[in-house]
Amino acid sequence: MAVSRREFLQGGAAAAALILSGKKAEAGGADSSQMRTKGLKSSTTICPFCAVGCGLVVHTKNGKIVNIEGDTQHPINQGALCSKGSALFQVANNERRLQKVMYRAPGSDKFEEKSWDWALERIAQKMKDTRDKSFKAKEINKKDNKEYVVNRTEGMAFLGGAGLDNEECYLWSKFARSMGVANLEHQARI
Amino acid sequence: MTNHWIDLRNADAILAIGCNPAENHPISMKWIEAAMDQGGKLIAVDPRFTRTASKADHYAQIRPGTDIAFLGGMINYALQNNMVHEEYVREYTNATFIVNDKYDFNEGIFCAFDDQEKTYDAKAWAYAVDGAGNPKRDHSMKDPRCVYQLLKKHYSRYTVDMVCNITGTKKEDYLAVAKTYCSTGRADKAGTILYAMGITQSTHGSQNVRATAMLQMLLGNIGIAGGGVNALRGESNVQGSTDYGLLFHLLPGYLKSPEFDNVDLKAYLEKWTPKTKDAKSANWWGNTPKYTVSLLKAWYGDNATKENNFCYDYLPKRSGNYSFVKLMEKMGKGELQGLVCMGQNPAVGGPDSLKTREALGKLDWLVTVDLWETETSIFWKRPGVNPKDIKTEVFMLPAASSVEKEGSISNSGRWAQWRYKAAEPVGDAKSDLWIIDQFAKRMKKAYEKGGVFPEPITKLAWNYGQGEEPEVHMVAKEINGYFTKDMTIVDKDKTLEFKAGDQVPMFKYLQDDGSTVSGNWIYCGSYTKDGNLMARRDLADPTGLGMYPKWSWAWPVNRRIIYNRASVNPDGVPFNPKRVVITWDALEKKWKGDVPDGPWPPMNDAKEGKYPFIMLAEGHGRLYALDMKDGPFPEHYEPIESPAKNLLSKTQTNPAVKVPANMTSDTAKFPYVGTTYRMTEHWQAGAMTRSLPWLVELVPTMFVEISQTLARAKGINNGDMVKVTSERGSIEAKALVTSRLKPFNVQGKEVEQVGLPWHFGYAGLATGDSGNVLTPSVGCANTSIPEFKAFLCNIEKGGKRA
Repeated sequence: MAVSRREFLQGGAAAAALILSGKKAEAGGADSSQMRTKGLKSSTTICPFCAVGCGLVVHTKNGKIVNIEGDTQHPINQGALCSKGSALFQVANNERRLQKVMYRAPGSDKFEEKSWDWALERIAQKMKDTRDKSFKAKEINKKDNKEYVVNRTEGMAFLGGAGLDNEECYLWSKFARSMGVANLEHQARI
Repeated sequence: MTNHWIDLRNADAILAIGCNPAENHPISMKWIEAAMDQGGKLIAVDPRFTRTASKADHYAQIRPGTDIAFLGGMINYALQNNMVHEEYVREYTNATFIVNDKYDFNEGIFCAFDDQEKTYDAKAWAYAVDGAGNPKRDHSMKDPRCVYQLLKKHYSRYTVDMVCNITGTKKEDYLAVAKTYCSTGRADKAGTILYAMGITQSTHGSQNVRATAMLQMLLGNIGIAGGGVNALRGESNVQGSTDYGLLFHLLPGYLKSPEFDNVDLKAYLEKWTPKTKDAKSANWWGNTPKYTVSLLKAWYGDNATKENNFCYDYLPKRSGNYSFVKLMEKMGKGELQGLVCMGQNPAVGGPDSLKTREALGKLDWLVTVDLWETETSIFWKRPGVNPKDIKTEVFMLPAASSVEKEGSISNSGRWAQWRYKAAEPVGDAKSDLWIIDQFAKRMKKAYEKGGVFPEPITKLAWNYGQGEEPEVHMVAKEINGYFTKDMTIVDKDKTLEFKAGDQVPMFKYLQDDGSTVSGNWIYCGSYTKDGNLMARRDLADPTGLGMYPKWSWAWPVNRRIIYNRASVNPDGVPFNPKRVVITWDALEKKWKGDVPDGPWPPMNDAKEGKYPFIMLAEGHGRLYALDMKDGPFPEHYEPIESPAKNLLSKTQTNPAVKVPANMTSDTAKFPYVGTTYRMTEHWQAGAMTRSLPWLVELVPTMFVEISQTLARAKGINNGDMVKVTSERGSIEAKALVTSRLKPFNVQGKEVEQVGLPWHFGYAGLATGDSGNVLTPSVGCANTSIPEFKAFLCNIEKGGKRA
C-alpha cells in the first residue's frame, strides 16, 4: 500500500514542527496517535450500527482489543465517527457481554450455565421434534379445493439477520429453507 | 439506494422526507454538507424540527402519514408548471403507454376492487396492447388514456391548498419546497430523495416509496449522479440480509420463494420469469431460470440434477402471508412451538409489544443468539410476571461481535465491504457462522437416522472445510459461484474457456442447466479469480464523482449508480456533461465511466439498443404500476388511526388493508398523534447501545417529546414523569418539552403530537418503557411493514413512578 494520508500528514506535521521550532523533531507526545497505537497490531472493520458503512481501525495488543478509531483512509467517513461508532470499543470490551451459554428450564426463575455441546444437542432435538410434528407435506387449498405439495414446517419461525454478515445470512437462508421453514423474517419487515 | 453515500455530494437539491440523516446516519451529513458547499439545497420534510431540519435550507412540517398528499402535490406542481424533464419522461418512463379501457378511479377506489376480500385484481390495470402483443404508445403523450394524461388527471386534485389542508404544512413552506426541488427537473440539475422509516412504516408505505420514485422519474433524476431514490437503511447489514432473502417471500437475490401452486420447477419459472415481445427490452428478469438453477445447485450440489428438477421439491412452498406481524399473531395463538432469534429482539422491536411478550410465553422453546441479554431472552422474568407461570424453555447463546469474526456486510449504497477478525470472541461466545454451521451439521446427523421427509436436510450441500470454524472464504466463493464442468462460452467476439471449479466472473455467464453454481446471483462477481473484491481498498476515483470503483465491491457487477443508462440521452450522450456517469464512445463502440446497466449500445441503436429500465419487462420506469396491491397510482389515505377525515375522497384509509381489532379513531379518548423514531446515541431495540456506558451517559433513559403548548395545557414541566396511553397499552417516561415540536393544523384544528424514541426496554444497563407498547400491529398493503409512525394516543402528567 502507498503512504497513507495519516502517515503523510504525520510526516508533514513533523516537518512543519521542525521548521517552526528549529529543534530536532521528537517522537510524538504521550497523547499523540502514534504513541497510542505504537507497537499494536491493526486491522480494519466496518461499523456494526447503521448502514452508512463507515470504516474503523481496530488495534490489538496480545490479542486484546485496546483501541478502535475511525479509518482515515475510508472514503465514506474519512476517519470521522458518530457517537455510536465511537463507542464500538465498548462493544468489544464490556462486562455485560454474554460469555457463557445460558439455559432457562420451563417454569424456572433463573438461567443456568451449560456447555455448547449440551445446548446445541438439545436445540437440535427440539428443532427436529418440532419439524417432525408440524411438517405439512400437502394441503388442500381453500379456493380451488385442490391438493398441493407444500413441504413446510409450520411450527417454527426464524427471525433476524440484519446484524449478521452476508456469509452468515446466506447460510441462515440455506439452512432455514432446507428445514422447510417458510416463517423466515427479519428486521427489514419492521 | 440506487446511488451511494458519497454521491450525495453531487446533488443540487436533497429532499430528506421520512428520514433524519443528521440524527440517524450522522456521517452522511459529510456528503450532504459537501453538496451544500457547492450551492446544493437541503430540504427537510418531517413532523418534527429535527437535527436535519436545523441544517436545512427549507423545512416543511408534515403530519405523520400524509406523505402521499405531500409528494402527490409535488408531482402536480412539476406537471402544472412544466418543470418535468420532458425527453426523459417520454423516452424512459411509461408515460407514453396507453392503459386499457377498463381502468378507472373513483372516490379513492381504483377499478376491480373486491370489497369482501379487500383486494384488487391488478390485471384490470393492464396496458392496451397492439396486434404484436406490445403495449400501445402515444409519443405525443396527448392520448387521454396514456399514462401521462391519467397521471396528470389523478394528481390535478392535489392542489397546494388541498395538500396543505391535509398535511398541515404552511403554504409558503410547501411552495418553497416544491419550487426548490422541482427545479432539478432539468438535464443539468440533479435532485436526490432520501427516505427511511418515515416513508415505509405506513399502511401505504410502498406507495409512499413509489411516489418518491415517480417524482424522481418526472424530474429525470434516476440513474444520474446526485440523483436517485435512496433508502437510508438503519442496520449495518440490513441491505445484505434482504439481498440474501431472509424474508418469507424471497430467496437470495430477490428470487421469489415458491408459492403453493408453483407445483414444479417449470411452473415456478413460468410464473416468475417475465416475458416481453419487444426486442429493445433487456427484460433482465428473463434470466430467472439461470439464477434459480444456479441457486439450487449451490444448495443441493451434485444431488441437484436436471432429472430431479434440481431438488426444487425440497423447498418449502408458501400459502399466504408469513410476515413479522402475522408470525407474532400465530405465536399468540399458540401455533408456533419454536422460535430462533438471530440478533433480533421482537419484545422491543415489533409493534404492540405487550402482545408479543405475552405470545413468547406460548412457545415451547426459544433460542436467542445475541451479544447481550435482550428483552426477548429474559421475557420470562420481565416486570409484572411470575416466571413459574411461563413454561417456555430458553436457550441464550453468546454471539461474537463484529470485530471478533471475519466476513462482509453491505451498506445502503450496496457496497459489500470486508471486515477482519481482530480478536477472539469474548468468553465462550461464537460467531453466528459457527452457530449456524453447528445447527446444520447436527440436523444432518439427526436426520441421517430418520425423520419426516429427511432428504432436504440430508442432501443439502454443506461443505465449508474441516476446521472447527466454517471457512468463511469458502462460503463467499459459493455465493459468487463457480463452474461445475469445463465450459467454453462465446461472448460476442470473445471465446472464454473455463475449467470446472473456476469462479464465475459475472452473472451473465450463469447457466440454467446445472453447469454453474451461485448462491446469490447479484453477488456474482464479488469473489472471482482476482480474489475477494469486497476487501479492496484502492482509492482511485477515475470519474471524479466519488464512485471509488476499486474500493470494496458493489452489487450488481460493481455498478455504483444503477439505472445509469438513464443518465444519457437515447444516443448515449450524457444529459449533464458536468457529471458524466457513463458515456458512449462511438469509435470504440463501448461505454466509459461507471459499469453500465448492460453492455448494449445506446437505446437509439437500431440493432442492439436497449431501454434503460432493464429490470422491467417493458423497459420503462413505471409512473403507472401494474403489480401493486393498492392501485397503479399512489393515492392519499389517512393512517388507520388518524385525527382527520380524508379530504381527497370518501375512502378514509387504504382499502387494501384489513384493520385489526385493537385500533381506534376515538379522538376524544386519544386526541394526540403519536409517532416513534430513533436517535444518534441509541440503536434500534437498544441491546447494542443500552449496555455501553459512554452511550448510556449521553441518553440514560426513556423520554417523550411534546410541544410547549401541549405541556402548558397539561401542566407538564420539562423532566416530569408522564404516562402515554394508546388503545394497546400505556408507558411512563420523562417529558421533554421542546419548541422543536409544534402542533399540526388539521383542517382548522390544532392537533398536538407526542414523539417517542423506541429504543428502550427492561434489559441492559439503561432501561425504560418501550415506545412500541403503544404502536399498532397493522401493516402496509404491499409489505406488511407496521404503521409505527402514526397512531392516536393520550398523555397525562404523573403515573406510578412519578
